[in-house]
Amino acid sequence: MTVTSPVAVPMDVPPYRLSGTVYGVLLNHRSALDALGNLVNDSPYRGAPRAPVLYIKPRNTLAVSGVPVHVPSDAPELEVGACLGLVLGRAAARLAEGDALEYVAGYLIVNDVSVPHSSYYRPSIRHKARDGFCPLGPRVVPRAALADPGAVTLRVFIDGVLRQSASTAGLLRPAARLLAEVSEFMTLAAGDVLALGAAFPAPRVRPGQMARIEIDGIGCLENPFVGDAA
Amino acid sequence: MRVARVAYAGAIHAGEPCTLTDGRAGVRLIDGRVLGEEDVVWLPPLEAGTIIALGLNYAERARELAFGRQEEPLVFLKGPGTLIGHRGVTRRPADVKFMHYECELAVIIGRTARGVSRAEALAHVAGYTIANDYAVRDYLENWYRPNLRVKNRDGATALGPWLVDAAEVGDPGNLALRTLVNGKLTQQGNTRDMLTDVPGLIEYLSGFMTLSAGDLILTGTPEGAINVEEGDEVVCEIDGLGSLANTIVADRLFGR
Repeated sequence: MTVTSPVAVPMDVPPYRLSGTVYGVLLNHRSALDALGNLVNDSPYRGAPRAPVLYIKPRNTLAVSGVPVHVPSDAPELEVGACLGLVLGRAAARLAEGDALEYVAGYLIVNDVSVPHSSYYRPSIRHKARDGFCPLGPRVVPRAALADPGAVTLRVFIDGVLRQSASTAGLLRPAARLLAEVSEFMTLAAGDVLALGAAFPAPRVRPGQMARIEIDGIGCLENPFVGDAA
Repeated sequence: MRVARVAYAGAIHAGEPCTLTDGRAGVRLIDGRVLGEEDVVWLPPLEAGTIIALGLNYAERARELAFGRQEEPLVFLKGPGTLIGHRGVTRRPADVKFMHYECELAVIIGRTARGVSRAEALAHVAGYTIANDYAVRDYLENWYRPNLRVKNRDGATALGPWLVDAAEVGDPGNLALRTLVNGKLTQQGNTRDMLTDVPGLIEYLSGFMTLSAGDLILTGTPEGAINVEEGDEVVCEIDGLGSLANTIVADRLFGR
Protein backbone atom coordinates (compact mmCIF):
# COMPACT_ATOMS: atom_id res chain seq x y z
CA MET A 1 0.00 0.00 0.00
CA THR A 2 1.21 3.46 -0.82
CA VAL A 3 0.75 5.73 2.10
CA THR A 4 0.15 9.32 1.21
CA SER A 5 0.77 11.95 3.81
CA PRO A 6 1.43 15.65 3.34
CA VAL A 7 4.78 14.93 4.90
CA ALA A 8 6.79 12.00 3.61
CA VAL A 9 6.70 9.12 6.03
CA PRO A 10 8.82 6.12 5.10
CA MET A 11 6.60 3.13 5.71
CA ASP A 12 9.14 0.54 4.68
CA VAL A 13 11.47 0.25 7.62
CA PRO A 14 12.79 -3.27 7.09
CA PRO A 15 12.04 -5.73 8.49
CA TYR A 16 8.86 -3.82 9.28
CA ARG A 17 6.34 -2.29 6.93
CA LEU A 18 3.77 0.03 8.41
CA SER A 19 0.26 -0.18 6.94
CA GLY A 20 -0.38 3.51 7.57
CA THR A 21 -3.31 2.84 9.89
CA VAL A 22 -2.81 4.07 13.44
CA TYR A 23 -5.39 3.31 16.11
CA GLY A 24 -5.62 5.15 19.41
CA VAL A 25 -7.60 4.24 22.49
CA LEU A 26 -9.50 6.71 24.65
CA LEU A 27 -9.01 6.93 28.43
CA ASN A 28 -6.78 3.89 28.68
CA HIS A 29 -4.47 5.39 31.26
CA ARG A 30 -5.85 5.27 34.79
CA SER A 31 -4.89 8.91 35.34
CA ALA A 32 -7.02 9.99 32.37
CA LEU A 33 -10.12 8.19 33.60
CA ASP A 34 -9.54 9.30 37.19
CA ALA A 35 -9.30 12.92 36.03
CA LEU A 36 -12.93 12.77 34.93
CA GLY A 37 -14.00 11.72 38.42
CA ASN A 38 -17.75 11.40 38.84
CA LEU A 39 -18.36 12.99 35.45
CA VAL A 40 -18.06 9.52 33.90
CA ASN A 41 -21.33 8.56 35.55
CA ASP A 42 -23.22 11.67 34.46
CA SER A 43 -24.91 12.57 31.20
CA PRO A 44 -23.97 12.11 28.45
CA TYR A 45 -21.50 9.33 29.30
CA ARG A 46 -23.47 7.33 31.87
CA GLY A 47 -20.62 5.10 32.91
CA ALA A 48 -16.97 4.41 32.15
CA PRO A 49 -16.25 2.73 28.80
CA ARG A 50 -17.17 -0.96 28.92
CA ALA A 51 -15.12 -1.93 25.86
CA PRO A 52 -12.04 -0.28 24.35
CA VAL A 53 -13.02 3.00 22.68
CA LEU A 54 -10.82 3.27 19.62
CA TYR A 55 -10.25 6.08 17.18
CA ILE A 56 -8.14 6.42 14.07
CA LYS A 57 -5.29 8.76 13.24
CA PRO A 58 -5.63 8.85 9.43
CA ARG A 59 -2.73 8.87 7.00
CA ASN A 60 -2.68 12.66 6.60
CA THR A 61 -1.73 12.93 10.28
CA LEU A 62 1.39 10.80 10.04
CA ALA A 63 4.78 12.47 10.38
CA VAL A 64 8.27 11.56 11.46
CA SER A 65 10.58 12.99 14.08
CA GLY A 66 11.74 16.50 13.28
CA VAL A 67 8.76 17.51 11.15
CA PRO A 68 7.03 20.67 12.42
CA VAL A 69 3.48 20.32 13.72
CA HIS A 70 1.26 23.23 12.74
CA VAL A 71 -0.81 24.72 15.54
CA PRO A 72 -4.07 25.84 13.93
CA SER A 73 -4.95 29.50 14.27
CA ASP A 74 -8.11 28.71 16.26
CA ALA A 75 -6.22 26.77 18.97
CA PRO A 76 -3.80 28.61 21.27
CA GLU A 77 -2.06 25.39 22.24
CA LEU A 78 -2.11 21.66 21.57
CA GLU A 79 -1.86 18.56 23.72
CA VAL A 80 1.05 16.17 23.44
CA GLY A 81 -0.37 12.68 23.86
CA ALA A 82 2.71 10.55 24.56
CA CYS A 83 2.00 6.89 23.88
CA LEU A 84 3.82 3.62 23.48
CA GLY A 85 2.82 2.24 20.07
CA LEU A 86 2.60 -1.43 19.17
CA VAL A 87 3.46 -2.42 15.60
CA LEU A 88 1.57 -5.54 14.54
CA GLY A 89 3.74 -8.18 12.93
CA ARG A 90 0.94 -10.27 11.45
CA ALA A 91 -2.80 -10.23 11.07
CA ALA A 92 -4.43 -10.54 14.46
CA ALA A 93 -7.98 -11.73 15.05
CA ARG A 94 -9.55 -13.05 18.25
CA LEU A 95 -6.29 -13.18 20.15
CA ALA A 96 -6.03 -14.77 23.56
CA GLU A 97 -4.49 -12.42 26.10
CA GLY A 98 -1.88 -15.04 26.95
CA ASP A 99 -0.18 -15.06 23.56
CA ALA A 100 -1.28 -11.68 22.16
CA LEU A 101 2.17 -10.12 22.44
CA GLU A 102 3.53 -12.71 20.01
CA TYR A 103 1.68 -10.79 17.28
CA VAL A 104 3.64 -7.64 18.05
CA ALA A 105 6.63 -7.09 15.78
CA GLY A 106 7.98 -4.10 17.64
CA TYR A 107 7.40 -0.77 19.30
CA LEU A 108 7.66 2.90 18.52
CA ILE A 109 6.75 6.22 20.11
CA VAL A 110 3.46 7.86 19.08
CA ASN A 111 2.70 11.52 19.70
CA ASP A 112 -1.10 11.60 19.54
CA VAL A 113 -1.48 15.36 19.10
CA SER A 114 -4.89 16.88 19.87
CA VAL A 115 -6.61 20.20 20.02
CA PRO A 116 -7.70 20.21 23.70
CA HIS A 117 -11.37 19.26 23.98
CA SER A 118 -13.39 18.78 27.13
CA SER A 119 -16.18 16.59 25.78
CA TYR A 120 -15.47 12.99 24.84
CA TYR A 121 -19.04 12.36 23.74
CA ARG A 122 -18.92 13.13 20.04
CA PRO A 123 -15.93 15.38 19.46
CA SER A 124 -15.12 16.64 15.99
CA ILE A 125 -12.29 14.82 14.23
CA ARG A 126 -10.84 18.31 13.67
CA HIS A 127 -9.34 17.86 17.14
CA LYS A 128 -7.28 14.80 16.22
CA ALA A 129 -7.12 14.37 12.44
CA ARG A 130 -5.33 17.48 11.20
CA ASP A 131 -2.33 17.11 8.93
CA GLY A 132 0.79 16.14 10.84
CA PHE A 133 -1.03 15.44 14.13
CA CYS A 134 0.57 12.02 14.60
CA PRO A 135 4.36 12.07 14.68
CA LEU A 136 5.72 8.58 15.21
CA GLY A 137 9.12 7.01 15.49
CA PRO A 138 11.99 7.60 15.70
CA ARG A 139 12.22 3.96 14.60
CA VAL A 140 10.55 0.63 15.19
CA VAL A 141 12.47 -1.39 17.72
CA PRO A 142 11.97 -5.16 17.77
CA ARG A 143 9.74 -6.63 20.45
CA ALA A 144 12.73 -8.08 22.28
CA ALA A 145 14.09 -4.55 22.84
CA LEU A 146 11.53 -3.96 25.59
CA ALA A 147 11.64 -6.51 28.38
CA ASP A 148 8.14 -5.63 29.59
CA PRO A 149 5.79 -3.28 27.70
CA GLY A 150 3.84 -2.96 30.94
CA ALA A 151 6.73 -1.27 32.74
CA VAL A 152 7.84 1.40 30.32
CA THR A 153 8.42 4.99 31.37
CA LEU A 154 7.50 7.80 28.95
CA ARG A 155 8.99 11.24 29.51
CA VAL A 156 7.75 14.39 27.81
CA PHE A 157 9.98 17.45 27.60
CA ILE A 158 8.74 20.81 26.37
CA ASP A 159 11.67 23.05 25.40
CA GLY A 160 13.91 20.70 27.33
CA VAL A 161 11.92 20.87 30.58
CA LEU A 162 10.46 17.63 31.90
CA ARG A 163 6.69 18.09 31.92
CA GLN A 164 5.39 14.55 32.22
CA SER A 165 6.71 11.22 33.39
CA ALA A 166 4.27 8.35 33.12
CA SER A 167 4.42 4.59 33.10
CA THR A 168 2.58 2.01 31.06
CA ALA A 169 2.03 0.31 34.41
CA GLY A 170 -0.90 2.72 34.71
CA LEU A 171 -2.75 1.41 31.68
CA LEU A 172 -6.24 0.12 32.42
CA ARG A 173 -5.92 -2.34 29.57
CA PRO A 174 -2.26 -3.30 29.19
CA ALA A 175 -0.97 -4.22 25.74
CA ALA A 176 -1.92 -7.91 25.72
CA ARG A 177 -5.38 -7.37 27.14
CA LEU A 178 -6.10 -4.49 24.76
CA LEU A 179 -5.02 -6.61 21.78
CA ALA A 180 -7.33 -9.40 22.91
CA GLU A 181 -10.35 -7.12 23.40
CA VAL A 182 -9.86 -5.17 20.16
CA SER A 183 -9.20 -8.22 17.99
CA GLU A 184 -12.45 -9.70 19.25
CA PHE A 185 -14.40 -7.33 16.98
CA MET A 186 -11.89 -6.24 14.35
CA THR A 187 -8.85 -7.81 12.74
CA LEU A 188 -5.66 -5.84 13.02
CA ALA A 189 -3.39 -6.04 9.97
CA ALA A 190 0.36 -6.48 9.81
CA GLY A 191 1.92 -3.03 10.05
CA ASP A 192 -0.99 -1.45 11.92
CA VAL A 193 0.00 0.67 14.90
CA LEU A 194 -1.98 0.56 18.13
CA ALA A 195 -1.16 3.46 20.47
CA LEU A 196 -1.80 2.39 24.04
CA GLY A 197 -3.04 5.69 25.45
CA ALA A 198 -1.62 8.80 27.08
CA ALA A 199 -1.53 9.75 30.75
CA PHE A 200 -3.32 12.78 32.21
CA PRO A 201 -2.64 15.66 32.12
CA ALA A 202 -1.19 15.78 28.61
CA PRO A 203 1.45 18.52 28.42
CA ARG A 204 0.40 21.55 26.38
CA VAL A 205 2.57 23.09 23.72
CA ARG A 206 2.40 26.46 21.96
CA PRO A 207 3.81 27.67 18.65
CA GLY A 208 7.55 28.13 18.90
CA GLN A 209 8.02 25.28 21.36
CA MET A 210 9.64 21.88 20.94
CA ALA A 211 8.10 18.64 22.22
CA ARG A 212 10.30 15.64 22.89
CA ILE A 213 9.05 12.24 24.01
CA GLU A 214 11.57 9.74 25.33
CA ILE A 215 11.17 6.04 25.99
CA ASP A 216 14.16 4.08 27.25
CA GLY A 217 15.02 1.39 24.74
CA ILE A 218 13.29 3.15 21.82
CA GLY A 219 14.78 6.62 21.68
CA CYS A 220 13.25 10.06 21.38
CA LEU A 221 10.62 11.59 19.11
CA GLU A 222 11.10 15.31 18.78
CA ASN A 223 8.89 17.76 16.85
CA PRO A 224 8.78 21.55 16.78
CA PHE A 225 5.37 23.20 16.97
CA VAL A 226 4.86 26.19 14.73
CA GLY A 227 2.13 28.73 14.07
CA ASP A 228 -0.28 28.10 11.25
CA ALA A 229 1.08 29.78 8.15
CA ALA A 230 -2.43 30.42 6.86
CA MET B 1 -17.23 4.14 -17.19
CA ARG B 2 -17.77 1.50 -14.53
CA VAL B 3 -15.02 -0.69 -13.14
CA ALA B 4 -15.13 -3.49 -10.60
CA ARG B 5 -12.37 -5.45 -8.88
CA VAL B 6 -13.12 -9.13 -8.87
CA ALA B 7 -11.24 -12.30 -8.00
CA TYR B 8 -11.50 -15.08 -10.55
CA ALA B 9 -9.48 -18.19 -11.32
CA GLY B 10 -6.66 -17.34 -8.98
CA ALA B 11 -6.11 -13.66 -9.66
CA ILE B 12 -7.61 -10.22 -9.14
CA HIS B 13 -9.00 -8.53 -12.23
CA ALA B 14 -10.62 -5.33 -13.37
CA GLY B 15 -14.03 -5.91 -14.92
CA GLU B 16 -16.82 -3.94 -16.50
CA PRO B 17 -20.53 -4.58 -16.72
CA CYS B 18 -21.98 -6.59 -19.59
CA THR B 19 -25.10 -8.52 -20.50
CA LEU B 20 -24.84 -12.28 -20.92
CA THR B 21 -26.34 -14.04 -23.94
CA ASP B 22 -29.26 -15.22 -21.79
CA GLY B 23 -29.98 -11.65 -20.74
CA ARG B 24 -28.57 -11.84 -17.20
CA ALA B 25 -26.16 -9.21 -15.91
CA GLY B 26 -22.53 -10.22 -15.99
CA VAL B 27 -19.02 -8.90 -15.81
CA ARG B 28 -16.47 -8.74 -18.62
CA LEU B 29 -12.90 -8.98 -17.41
CA ILE B 30 -10.60 -6.64 -19.26
CA ASP B 31 -8.76 -9.69 -20.64
CA GLY B 32 -11.97 -10.59 -22.52
CA ARG B 33 -13.51 -13.30 -20.36
CA VAL B 34 -17.26 -12.91 -19.84
CA LEU B 35 -18.63 -14.23 -16.57
CA GLY B 36 -21.83 -14.35 -14.60
CA GLU B 37 -22.18 -12.12 -11.56
CA GLU B 38 -22.12 -15.19 -9.31
CA ASP B 39 -19.01 -16.67 -10.94
CA VAL B 40 -16.61 -14.13 -9.50
CA VAL B 41 -15.75 -12.91 -6.00
CA TRP B 42 -16.48 -9.21 -5.81
CA LEU B 43 -13.94 -7.13 -3.94
CA PRO B 44 -14.37 -3.53 -2.84
CA PRO B 45 -13.82 -1.55 -6.06
CA LEU B 46 -10.70 0.14 -4.69
CA GLU B 47 -8.08 -0.24 -1.99
CA ALA B 48 -9.25 2.66 0.07
CA GLY B 49 -7.04 5.15 1.86
CA THR B 50 -8.69 7.07 4.68
CA ILE B 51 -12.32 6.06 5.16
CA ILE B 52 -14.40 8.99 6.35
CA ALA B 53 -18.02 8.45 7.37
CA LEU B 54 -20.88 10.77 8.22
CA GLY B 55 -23.47 10.36 10.94
CA LEU B 56 -26.84 12.08 10.89
CA ASN B 57 -26.39 13.71 7.51
CA TYR B 58 -30.04 13.49 6.51
CA ALA B 59 -32.60 15.65 8.28
CA GLU B 60 -35.22 12.93 8.70
CA ARG B 61 -32.63 10.48 9.99
CA ALA B 62 -31.43 12.99 12.58
CA ARG B 63 -35.04 13.53 13.64
CA GLU B 64 -35.56 9.77 13.83
CA LEU B 65 -32.67 9.57 16.30
CA ALA B 66 -33.86 12.69 18.16
CA PHE B 67 -30.85 14.84 17.37
CA GLY B 68 -31.16 18.56 16.82
CA ARG B 69 -29.43 20.65 14.20
CA GLN B 70 -25.69 20.10 14.34
CA GLU B 71 -23.03 22.79 14.45
CA GLU B 72 -20.80 20.94 12.01
CA PRO B 73 -20.94 17.62 10.17
CA LEU B 74 -20.65 14.59 12.46
CA VAL B 75 -17.65 12.73 11.09
CA PHE B 76 -15.96 9.53 12.17
CA LEU B 77 -13.23 7.36 10.65
CA LYS B 78 -13.05 3.69 9.79
CA GLY B 79 -10.21 1.26 9.10
CA PRO B 80 -9.67 -0.73 5.90
CA GLY B 81 -10.50 -4.10 7.50
CA THR B 82 -14.19 -3.28 7.64
CA LEU B 83 -14.64 -3.19 3.85
CA ILE B 84 -16.20 -6.09 1.96
CA GLY B 85 -17.31 -6.39 -1.66
CA HIS B 86 -20.63 -6.95 -3.44
CA ARG B 87 -22.37 -10.26 -2.67
CA GLY B 88 -20.35 -10.65 0.53
CA VAL B 89 -21.58 -11.83 3.89
CA THR B 90 -21.63 -9.89 7.16
CA ARG B 91 -21.64 -11.51 10.58
CA ARG B 92 -24.38 -10.74 13.05
CA PRO B 93 -23.28 -11.49 16.62
CA ALA B 94 -25.74 -13.93 18.20
CA ASP B 95 -26.30 -11.88 21.33
CA VAL B 96 -27.28 -8.53 19.81
CA LYS B 97 -30.75 -7.04 19.47
CA PHE B 98 -30.25 -4.27 16.94
CA MET B 99 -28.00 -4.44 13.92
CA HIS B 100 -28.96 -2.28 10.96
CA TYR B 101 -27.81 -1.48 7.44
CA GLU B 102 -27.15 2.03 6.14
CA CYS B 103 -27.36 2.69 2.42
CA GLU B 104 -24.97 5.53 1.55
CA LEU B 105 -23.50 7.33 -1.41
CA ALA B 106 -19.71 6.77 -1.27
CA VAL B 107 -17.47 9.45 -2.78
CA ILE B 108 -14.03 8.43 -4.03
CA ILE B 109 -11.45 11.20 -4.01
CA GLY B 110 -9.43 11.39 -7.23
CA ARG B 111 -6.81 14.00 -6.47
CA THR B 112 -5.30 15.78 -3.50
CA ALA B 113 -7.66 18.24 -1.87
CA ARG B 114 -6.56 20.80 0.70
CA GLY B 115 -8.51 23.97 1.41
CA VAL B 116 -10.84 23.38 -1.51
CA SER B 117 -13.91 25.58 -1.96
CA ARG B 118 -17.28 24.02 -2.68
CA ALA B 119 -17.18 25.46 -6.19
CA GLU B 120 -14.01 23.46 -6.93
CA ALA B 121 -14.87 20.43 -4.83
CA LEU B 122 -16.33 18.07 -7.42
CA ALA B 123 -13.21 18.40 -9.58
CA HIS B 124 -11.43 16.39 -6.87
CA VAL B 125 -13.82 13.44 -7.13
CA ALA B 126 -12.81 10.35 -9.15
CA GLY B 127 -16.14 8.64 -8.88
CA TYR B 128 -18.84 7.14 -6.74
CA THR B 129 -20.02 3.80 -5.46
CA ILE B 130 -22.55 2.40 -2.99
CA ALA B 131 -21.79 1.66 0.65
CA ASN B 132 -23.77 -0.33 3.18
CA ASP B 133 -22.32 0.82 6.48
CA TYR B 134 -23.68 -1.62 9.09
CA ALA B 135 -23.94 -0.65 12.75
CA VAL B 136 -24.47 -2.82 15.80
CA ARG B 137 -26.25 -0.47 18.14
CA ASP B 138 -26.01 -2.75 21.16
CA TYR B 139 -22.34 -1.78 21.34
CA LEU B 140 -22.95 1.97 21.22
CA GLU B 141 -21.34 3.78 24.14
CA ASN B 142 -21.34 7.49 24.82
CA TRP B 143 -17.61 7.94 24.26
CA TYR B 144 -16.26 9.16 20.93
CA ARG B 145 -19.55 8.16 19.32
CA PRO B 146 -19.96 6.12 17.30
CA ASN B 147 -17.10 3.91 18.45
CA LEU B 148 -15.31 1.37 16.27
CA ARG B 149 -16.94 -1.60 17.96
CA VAL B 150 -20.26 -0.35 16.53
CA LYS B 151 -19.08 0.81 13.11
CA ASN B 152 -15.76 -0.80 12.24
CA ARG B 153 -16.41 -4.50 12.52
CA ASP B 154 -14.76 -6.92 10.12
CA GLY B 155 -16.69 -7.12 6.87
CA ALA B 156 -19.41 -4.77 8.08
CA THR B 157 -19.01 -2.08 5.41
CA ALA B 158 -20.09 -3.40 2.04
CA LEU B 159 -18.80 -1.38 -0.92
CA GLY B 160 -19.47 -1.65 -4.65
CA PRO B 161 -20.18 -3.21 -7.01
CA TRP B 162 -18.71 -0.61 -9.38
CA LEU B 163 -16.54 2.46 -9.21
CA VAL B 164 -18.61 4.72 -11.45
CA ASP B 165 -16.79 7.65 -13.07
CA ALA B 166 -17.72 11.07 -11.74
CA ALA B 167 -18.47 12.21 -15.30
CA GLU B 168 -21.03 9.47 -15.74
CA VAL B 169 -22.82 10.42 -12.50
CA GLY B 170 -22.81 14.17 -13.04
CA ASP B 171 -24.64 15.81 -10.13
CA PRO B 172 -24.28 13.72 -6.94
CA GLY B 173 -26.93 15.89 -5.32
CA ASN B 174 -30.01 14.33 -6.84
CA LEU B 175 -29.69 10.56 -6.62
CA ALA B 176 -32.47 8.36 -5.28
CA LEU B 177 -31.29 5.65 -2.92
CA ARG B 178 -33.13 2.74 -1.36
CA THR B 179 -32.67 -0.47 0.59
CA LEU B 180 -34.56 -3.71 0.11
CA VAL B 181 -34.49 -6.48 2.71
CA ASN B 182 -35.49 -9.81 1.21
CA GLY B 183 -36.98 -7.90 -1.70
CA LYS B 184 -39.11 -5.59 0.42
CA LEU B 185 -38.48 -1.84 0.32
CA THR B 186 -37.44 -0.68 3.81
CA GLN B 187 -35.50 2.54 3.26
CA GLN B 188 -35.59 5.26 0.66
CA GLY B 189 -34.28 8.74 0.27
CA ASN B 190 -32.54 11.13 -2.05
CA THR B 191 -29.09 12.64 -1.80
CA ARG B 192 -30.67 16.11 -2.24
CA ASP B 193 -31.81 15.80 1.41
CA MET B 194 -28.29 15.69 2.83
CA LEU B 195 -27.68 18.31 5.51
CA THR B 196 -24.18 18.84 4.11
CA ASP B 197 -23.96 17.92 0.43
CA VAL B 198 -20.96 16.38 -1.35
CA PRO B 199 -19.27 19.69 -2.31
CA GLY B 200 -19.90 20.96 1.22
CA LEU B 201 -18.35 17.86 2.77
CA ILE B 202 -15.23 18.15 0.64
CA GLU B 203 -14.94 21.83 1.51
CA TYR B 204 -15.42 21.12 5.21
CA LEU B 205 -13.02 18.17 5.42
CA SER B 206 -10.30 19.65 3.23
CA GLY B 207 -10.40 22.73 5.43
CA PHE B 208 -8.53 20.88 8.16
CA MET B 209 -7.16 17.69 6.62
CA THR B 210 -5.58 16.84 3.28
CA LEU B 211 -7.67 14.41 1.25
CA SER B 212 -5.74 12.14 -1.10
CA ALA B 213 -6.61 10.00 -4.09
CA GLY B 214 -8.31 6.86 -2.89
CA ASP B 215 -9.83 8.40 0.22
CA LEU B 216 -13.49 7.56 0.67
CA ILE B 217 -16.32 9.64 2.07
CA LEU B 218 -19.43 7.71 3.12
CA THR B 219 -22.02 10.45 3.12
CA GLY B 220 -24.58 9.18 5.62
CA THR B 221 -27.91 7.42 5.39
CA PRO B 222 -31.55 8.54 5.27
CA GLU B 223 -34.23 7.36 7.69
CA GLY B 224 -35.49 3.79 7.67
CA ALA B 225 -32.57 1.76 9.00
CA ILE B 226 -34.17 -1.29 10.59
CA ASN B 227 -32.91 -4.43 12.30
CA VAL B 228 -31.71 -7.32 10.15
CA GLU B 229 -31.44 -10.98 11.07
CA GLU B 230 -29.37 -13.97 10.03
CA GLY B 231 -30.27 -15.03 6.50
CA ASP B 232 -31.58 -11.63 5.41
CA GLU B 233 -30.52 -10.47 1.98
CA VAL B 234 -29.91 -6.73 2.06
CA VAL B 235 -29.73 -4.84 -1.24
CA CYS B 236 -28.75 -1.18 -1.37
CA GLU B 237 -29.43 0.71 -4.59
CA ILE B 238 -28.53 4.15 -5.83
CA ASP B 239 -29.81 5.40 -9.17
CA GLY B 240 -27.01 5.37 -11.71
CA LEU B 241 -24.65 3.38 -9.49
CA GLY B 242 -26.24 -0.04 -9.43
CA SER B 243 -27.21 -2.47 -6.73
CA LEU B 244 -25.06 -3.71 -3.83
CA ALA B 245 -26.08 -7.04 -2.25
CA ASN B 246 -25.05 -8.46 1.11
CA THR B 247 -26.25 -11.37 3.24
CA ILE B 248 -26.38 -11.49 7.02
CA VAL B 249 -24.79 -14.64 8.44
CA ALA B 250 -24.48 -16.22 11.84
CA ASP B 251 -21.73 -16.30 14.42
CA ARG B 252 -21.40 -20.06 14.08
CA LEU B 253 -19.96 -19.74 10.57
CA PHE B 254 -17.04 -18.05 12.29
CA GLY B 255 -16.67 -20.78 14.89
CA ARG B 256 -18.18 -18.56 17.55
